[in-house]
Amino acid sequence: MDASEASGVPRIVTAGFDDPESYTIERYLARGGYQGLRKALGMDPEAVVAEVDRASLLGRGGAGFPAGRKWSMLRPDPVTYLVVNGDESEPATFKDHALIERNPHQIIEGTLIASYAVQASQAFIYVRGEFALGLERMQTALNEAYAYGAVGRDIFGSGFSIDIVVHPGAGAYICGEETALLESLEGKRGFPRIKPPYFPAAIGLYGQPTVVNNVETMANLPWIVLHGGAAFASLGAGRSTGTRMFALSGHVRRPGVYEVEMVKTTFRDLIFSEQLGQGLREGRTVKAFVPGGVSAPWFGPEQLDLPLGQDEVGAAGSMLGSGSVVVMDSSTCAVRAAWRITKFFFRESCGQCTPCREGSGWLERILYRIEHGRGREEDLEQLLDICDNIAPGLTWPPQMTTICVLGPSIPSSIHSAISMFRDEFLLHVKEGACPMSGGSHG
Amino acid sequence: MLDGRSVTARPGEVLIAAAERAGVFIPRFCYHPRMKPVGMCRMCLVEVASPRGPALQPSCFIPVTEGMEVVTTSERVKKAQDGVHEFLLINHPLDCPVCDKGGECPLQDQTLAYGPGESRFVEEKRHFEKPIALSNLVLLDRERCIQCGRCTRFAEEIAGEAQIDFAGRGERLEVAKFPTTSFSSYFSGNTVQICPVGALTATPYRFTARPWDLDQVESTCTTCALGCRVAVQSSANRLTRLLGIDVDPVNQSWLCDKGRYVFESVNGDEALVPGAAFAGEARPAGRGATVRLTQPLVRTHGELVPASWGEALGAAADGLRRVRAVGGPEAVAVLGGARLTNEGAYAWAKLAKGVIGTDSVDAQLGDGLPAELVLSLPRATIDEACRAKVLVTLTGDVREELPVLFLRVRQAVLSGATRLVELTYQTTSLTPYAAASLLMRSGDAPGLARLLVGGSAIASGAPFHPDGPPWSPAQLATARDLLAETPEGAGVVVLVGRPSLAEDASLVAEAVEVLANAWPAARFLPTLRRGNVHGALDMGFAPGLLPGRVSLEEGRAWFRRFWPTVPERTGRSGAAVLASLAGDLEDPDGASDQREAPKGPPIGALVLLGADPVGDFPDRQLAERALAAAEFVVVVGGHPSASLHHADVVLPAAVAHERPGTTTNVEGRVSRLGQKLVAPGLAWPDWMIAAELAASLGADLGFTSASAVLEEIGRVAPSYRGIDAAIEEGTHRDGVIVPLVGRGVERFEPIDPIATPGVESVERQGAPPRVGSARIGAWVVPVSVEGSGEGVPRLLSWPSYVAKRTSTRPTHVSPPDAYTLRLVSGRRLYDRGSAVLGSPSLVPLVPKAPARINPHDLDRFGIDDGDAVRVRSSRGSLVMRAEADPNVARGTVVIDFNLTVAVPDHRDAPGREALRRETTAEKDRRGTERPEDAQRELGASVLIDAMAPVTDIRLESL
Repeated sequence: MDASEASGVPRIVTAGFDDPESYTIERYLARGGYQGLRKALGMDPEAVVAEVDRASLLGRGGAGFPAGRKWSMLRPDPVTYLVVNGDESEPATFKDHALIERNPHQIIEGTLIASYAVQASQAFIYVRGEFALGLERMQTALNEAYAYGAVGRDIFGSGFSIDIVVHPGAGAYICGEETALLESLEGKRGFPRIKPPYFPAAIGLYGQPTVVNNVETMANLPWIVLHGGAAFASLGAGRSTGTRMFALSGHVRRPGVYEVEMVKTTFRDLIFSEQLGQGLREGRTVKAFVPGGVSAPWFGPEQLDLPLGQDEVGAAGSMLGSGSVVVMDSSTCAVRAAWRITKFFFRESCGQCTPCREGSGWLERILYRIEHGRGREEDLEQLLDICDNIAPGLTWPPQMTTICVLGPSIPSSIHSAISMFRDEFLLHVKEGACPMSGGSHG
Repeated sequence: MLDGRSVTARPGEVLIAAAERAGVFIPRFCYHPRMKPVGMCRMCLVEVASPRGPALQPSCFIPVTEGMEVVTTSERVKKAQDGVHEFLLINHPLDCPVCDKGGECPLQDQTLAYGPGESRFVEEKRHFEKPIALSNLVLLDRERCIQCGRCTRFAEEIAGEAQIDFAGRGERLEVAKFPTTSFSSYFSGNTVQICPVGALTATPYRFTARPWDLDQVESTCTTCALGCRVAVQSSANRLTRLLGIDVDPVNQSWLCDKGRYVFESVNGDEALVPGAAFAGEARPAGRGATVRLTQPLVRTHGELVPASWGEALGAAADGLRRVRAVGGPEAVAVLGGARLTNEGAYAWAKLAKGVIGTDSVDAQLGDGLPAELVLSLPRATIDEACRAKVLVTLTGDVREELPVLFLRVRQAVLSGATRLVELTYQTTSLTPYAAASLLMRSGDAPGLARLLVGGSAIASGAPFHPDGPPWSPAQLATARDLLAETPEGAGVVVLVGRPSLAEDASLVAEAVEVLANAWPAARFLPTLRRGNVHGALDMGFAPGLLPGRVSLEEGRAWFRRFWPTVPERTGRSGAAVLASLAGDLEDPDGASDQREAPKGPPIGALVLLGADPVGDFPDRQLAERALAAAEFVVVVGGHPSASLHHADVVLPAAVAHERPGTTTNVEGRVSRLGQKLVAPGLAWPDWMIAAELAASLGADLGFTSASAVLEEIGRVAPSYRGIDAAIEEGTHRDGVIVPLVGRGVERFEPIDPIATPGVESVERQGAPPRVGSARIGAWVVPVSVEGSGEGVPRLLSWPSYVAKRTSTRPTHVSPPDAYTLRLVSGRRLYDRGSAVLGSPSLVPLVPKAPARINPHDLDRFGIDDGDAVRVRSSRGSLVMRAEADPNVARGTVVIDFNLTVAVPDHRDAPGREALRRETTAEKDRRGTERPEDAQRELGASVLIDAMAPVTDIRLESL
């Protein structure tokens, strides 16, 4: 029983999460699984696309591009591919992880519906290599689905055929970037592709038109087909329709994955609601929070009442991004937080473009120095200037000097931390040590 | 709009290139005009107007579009570029004072021009072990690397061998080879040249010089006959380095490693000391000193002793006069000439044919094609070959023989500009790119050519193997379908060379005649590979020819105007000269290298011009007997060779880079040779030796300089008329194609200084920064030669060749049977030729030759892969390693030419013990005269009979 069900909001993608065996086909069928696929196969593909368009389903991967629009950009070609992105690897982002492990059949059903809608010739589900259990469950589910007749030749006697391949990632965050993912699928080094062409819809996997969608986006499709796009669009508000999974972590009492209605829910609801995050530990207050993954600029307590809507958060200068909300309470060292996030990007930069390859390491080393008491006052301006050389102007959304958005994501946390907590940085410099050291986290 | 002014671009041109042509130099590191852009370094960011305001975009990647507005000089652009520049420097070791690249380094130059004065980076730089060897020739310093991917892209995109690639990620992204292999590409030196920093260095140049101490001339590489343009650099009269220069119609900036590094053989570490062991036999297999001929030598009391030029020339003249007095002018033969300049070749042709009066002059030593055939074929350019509708190859492996032509053809096929049909004895480096690859056996070429042009193979004298033809019928059908779209051969270009030295040239010649007759509109690119062999043939260095691509009969009257005499009769080919000397000419088919060879008086005197028949002639035993039988031998050359044993007079000659002049490539493109060094000791240029020897014989050739020779060539050699003026005026790189037709084109093309660092970078990247730093090289190819003038002989042409050809007797090839194999002996890039053996850096790269045999045949003979086997022909036998190779046609054994043969790898390999016993027994039996080891060093030539295809190879397991 959680908040959304109490308020009559359906659990679209996390239905069955409470069931420890939710990932099996028996339980999935018992929940009404593969009914959306059956219905879709009875419709014209164009009608399925129209239904998804009507739902105004925004991509759940991070960029939030409307799924229906993405499909309609597909260059007509006898050979097209559908690639489902389950390479979630950002710190504090774990909603897809839960979805893959607990509801693999719904991802597969969504993949089949999408494949039918765009008339794909082959589909791939790319799952992060470190998701050992997720990969096992996804592959098992796929085998079950084949045995059930939902995948493969002449699905449910409809005449539509498609094969799905589950492909494990090889341990690089960058392969979540859609063009790097395609390179990786082709067996190459996971370097993001240079743009233009901007969209794989024109030139994608093996040079063919390709749709790349997130696993959660796929998991929404069976419900949309069954209940209609209009029903989905009636949830949420504005461009942000339906429900969305959020991975809540940090200094909350009850971290976890929550599916909530978009826009109608605020960050305060997510963090403090008894059914959701249950607030912070006693005596602590919100110092700052990351609203949409570690590449997003931070928010302060004054933004807690912002609704969980893509445009609303965007207008406030950040993004919902990958759906991960990280709460930092008053005991958090802003320098250390920025350093840890930067260290992640430093470790994961693919090394292709100079600003990201060299800049990430430089920033990481300076932040490490400040955090460990060897900072200089001029380091602050230098940090910002280096950030500016990676993402000129430090605007939001960022201007890019690099091939993909990994590089321009690096400045977000640093820029936020210095803007919001400059004094704390200076205190590090002045005291020659971290004033918060002894804190319980790192 | 570029920085506020209007600029036009070519269709599809990227911004950075269009800007450069407009005089705006945008800084860059990863961009290379000959490779696909990757946008990695981000140095070339400029502002491009977009609906959402100006956006920073990499100019190396964005194609110019109509109405595009671009700003390259705004503060925002400068900030972004400076930022990238700073990023590139933070982890760079800044060890410029000890870095080979210092002084010609694009990173250093751009830092000087635009970079910050001080570093803000106070952290520790990243460290790597430095340097690590990627191969024998290329070392990698990963600390200096700026991860631009030029080398890795070159390896994959241009050379087609991804032997190096990136490993690691982020800051630890590094160029790496694969753990168990090395970067063994024939083209590895290009990665060193295009590396924009000092990360890649080449062992031959490493730490030998600083760029500002180097002096440079432009020249043409004559290692093979492709004619790649090079910058030749030296310090203190020693060559230090060659760099490729971007000549669009030829090498497009690339060089092969052999061409790049054989300069080591020019730098003679020591002069030949009389009495010391001669090179070619005594040179150690590993790194050895390069020995040069630096003074004239005359054989006195059986020993070669130093002499003055006067004494040596006198002795040479006396000997030649003596032989001529007894046997007439035809008793003198002049062999070699492919290493000469055009000027040297003309001077020697004039001396031999116009003064001595012999026509037995040949630049080819049985490893080429009949000269008259080559010069009569309608010639294609490299560009034409690369855009032919169908490109047919009937030649050896192009990557082994003319390596940069392989790069051009590969690119042409990959870009869809041409389709390739290959006629070959074995899978080659071009096979993966061929639309059809027709595998044949020695003897099949004429029949296969008839099938290809739509005829029947039955007409051929060469019967096919009892197993049936080795080519796949489907491939043949594909080839015929392709060729059906080119009626009369319109749009077809044929590469013609020698796929095997174990057969004489008549098989290929017959096949070429079939193709040329069936396809009157086709063009031919002869792939004869020796240095300036095409220039030498053009200068009349073949029997039956006179300078300027005219036949002896046609040109006799014309040349009588300029020369003291002209030969009365057609002479003998190089092969026939040697065969005649060795007493092997009794077989009437023997002289088939040169059709209807007349029987003449015996040869008495031999002049060897930079040629070493013992080392170069396919049938080495015959060459040795020939030299031993010659009454009088004059050796002219720069390096000692095995032929010196037989020399009566030795005249030291300047070699490549030591004399100015011109050279002619496979297309007939004449380009300048630069002189960079003073020749060592008393060595003279060849034209001067010819002129002085003529003077000693009482004749005046009339030359006082190389340019005077060129002037005479331009006046009297019909296909070279006007060449002197054209070359004088055409001051720049492309050279000119002879015969000169119409007016040359003016071309304005900037050379990217970052693409050719070391050639132009120092001059080009100084002030003024950012704008206008591109200097534009312009040159004009002038003149059309008007009319043919009175009495000028007609050039050789296909109709005249066909008219002269009286019989079409097919080459006799013995019918195949199940017990014998046919020998194929192709060329490898690195062999035991004197240039490679004189270049210490290349010596370790010379492979050994196993006997490569189709696994099916090995099974048939009951021999295992890797076993020792005795390979026996009617000429001789070799004990060597057998290697199963499915790329070889059935019924064929391939042993590559001029390589030491391979023996089994492992001590316990089957046959190894037998081999040891065998070797010992051989030694016992033969004494020290010819131990098996020495046989092995001679390689395939032990088995080859120069006069006929080797069709009788038998295998015996040991």
